[in-house]
Amino acid sequence: MEQHWLVRPATIRKLWLGFILILAATLAAELFVSHDAHFGIEASFAFHAWYGFLSCAALIGVARLLGLILKRRDSYYEERE
Amino acid sequence: MTALLAHPALVLILGAVAIAVLRGHARSGLVVTLPLLALYLLWSLPDGTHAHIRFLELDLQPLAIDKLSRLFGTVFAIMLLAGGLFGLNQQSRVELPAAFVYGGAAIGVTLAGDLVTLFVCWELMAIGSTVVIWSGAAGAYRASMRYLSIHLLGGVLLMAGIAGHVAAGGSVAFDRLSLDSAAHWLILAGFLVNVGAPPLSAWLPDAYPEASWSGMVFLSAFTTKTAVYVLLRGFPGVELLVYIGLFMIFYGIVYALLENDMRRILAYSIVNQVGFMVVGIGLGTQMALNGAAAHAFTHIIYKALLLMSAGSVLLMTGRRKCTDLGGLFRSMPVTAVCGIVGALAISSFPLTSGFVSKSMISQAAADEHLLYVWLALAAASAGVFLHAGIKFPWFVFFQKDSGLRPPDPPWNMRLAMIFFAVLCIGLGVAPGPLYALLPYPIDYVPYTAAHVVTQLQLLLFSGLAFFVMLGLLRRTLTITLDVDWLYRVPLPAIARALSRSWATAARSVGAAVVPRLRDTGARFYREHGLEGLAARTSPTGSMALWLMIMLLAYLLLYYL
Repeated sequence: MEQHWLVRPATIRKLWLGFILILAATLAAELFVSHDAHFGIEASFAFHAWYGFLSCAALIGVARLLGLILKRRDSYYEERE
Repeated sequence: MTALLAHPALVLILGAVAIAVLRGHARSGLVVTLPLLALYLLWSLPDGTHAHIRFLELDLQPLAIDKLSRLFGTVFAIMLLAGGLFGLNQQSRVELPAAFVYGGAAIGVTLAGDLVTLFVCWELMAIGSTVVIWSGAAGAYRASMRYLSIHLLGGVLLMAGIAGHVAAGGSVAFDRLSLDSAAHWLILAGFLVNVGAPPLSAWLPDAYPEASWSGMVFLSAFTTKTAVYVLLRGFPGVELLVYIGLFMIFYGIVYALLENDMRRILAYSIVNQVGFMVVGIGLGTQMALNGAAAHAFTHIIYKALLLMSAGSVLLMTGRRKCTDLGGLFRSMPVTAVCGIVGALAISSFPLTSGFVSKSMISQAAADEHLLYVWLALAAASAGVFLHAGIKFPWFVFFQKDSGLRPPDPPWNMRLAMIFFAVLCIGLGVAPGPLYALLPYPIDYVPYTAAHVVTQLQLLLFSGLAFFVMLGLLRRTLTITLDVDWLYRVPLPAIARALSRSWATAARSVGAAVVPRLRDTGARFYREHGLEGLAARTSPTGSMALWLMIMLLAYLLLYYL
């Protein structure tokens, strides 16, 4: 069966390239907008970029740890009720 | 009193009866016109109190309206309109009428000028929503009973609080309450149960996803948002709410990240989004309260849109787990695009409704120089994109090719989704009309270059984190235990054990007591039974004789 154009490896490579260019553009835009930072930390370069990335990494980490303790098979309750 | 005939909630609740009875086009027509009529009535009422009822010496005001109640009433009516349109094909004949009672009662809460009317509508919502869940799939009955138990508990807390408040001489009018008495704490606790606050947040992701494909669309809108409304009116600026809200935000994200069921992901994300509103209410400045109210308005629309998209997938494929889904963008383009618009809006992308509402809450935290609250809100905004903004559309519509090729749903469902998708973008592009509805004067410009750039950085780098760490997010056939585990596994086990030992105890007590009881019974029968002394009948004549003797004795005594 013909693969949908959106899932062909060539398209996905182009999508990644486009995504990285957009990421770079948001960082570059930082140089041209005037900030009215409320807090000192907000004034550090590309604060929202690195803070967003690290927050997500931390949240995924916490979720994985919690999952170690609290994950059960999805038939857990059917077997008990 | 005649004003009550034009009460939007009453119109919807009575209309629900007609929806239950009618069939065919008449029913469909009514489903669409009733919310429009409610909207018209809502907007033709000027600010103020329009009806008074004296009840048990209390002055009830069932129809009081101001900017805040009009804002919530409006979005509830719009929700009923789109949800009704979306749910027209629902086979269950009970669900739509129940949803209209539920939504009507929610509007009743927003128009209640006193605590008694508020309580009555509150309980009516609990009943309506339980019936909506009930008409879901096979497992829905048990879930609906757990849901009802929690909400009746919340209702009891609220009732006790209101009774205490009135008994202490408080006015029955619903106004701002200060946390200076046990009664007011009870009222707050009753409100917090419905808002999905800890420790009972689990009722929401436990029950809502068991509703039908259309039922959950209604459920996502009314219960938690009426709770936001009553907190906004009753407890603005209570600092505790900031911490409760932050907990809800991160609880929602972490559990949603672990979840495999697409509609449970969205259920956890309701708790997460309502958490933002609760933080805003706790901050209590005009900016924060405007933000909480605006966010409730936009949230109802984009969350309903997301659930319509998920509901369409559920209806057309019969599947709800991410592990079974994927690649649906090929055959369901309208559902996929509308789902993505909802996902962008919940993530607060520029040009969507979430961008113009949520940022007011962060701005309020910055204005108050609350660094840690502000940092937490920023991390949470990144997390929203992670758990709902990308995760939902990615695993349902892209991810892998599941081989499923279902078509888009029927036209009325597509129309409802497109209507809400247009609203999500329209409110984001032109927030003026929404800002004009907010309770306080507003001085906020969402579209500054700095705000757009920083928000794009935050979201796009969160997106990068998602795809870089995709291996850690792979879906598994698992659930994650929550507080509902306590009342689903150990508590029933304890109850069963107790009832077993109670039965044993009852048997041994019975062995000792029953013979004695039998003796006592026999003695009673001897004295009072058919042949007993006390049961003997006397002729009427002797009765008359004794009466005469007593009257004579009385006469005699009188003359002595």
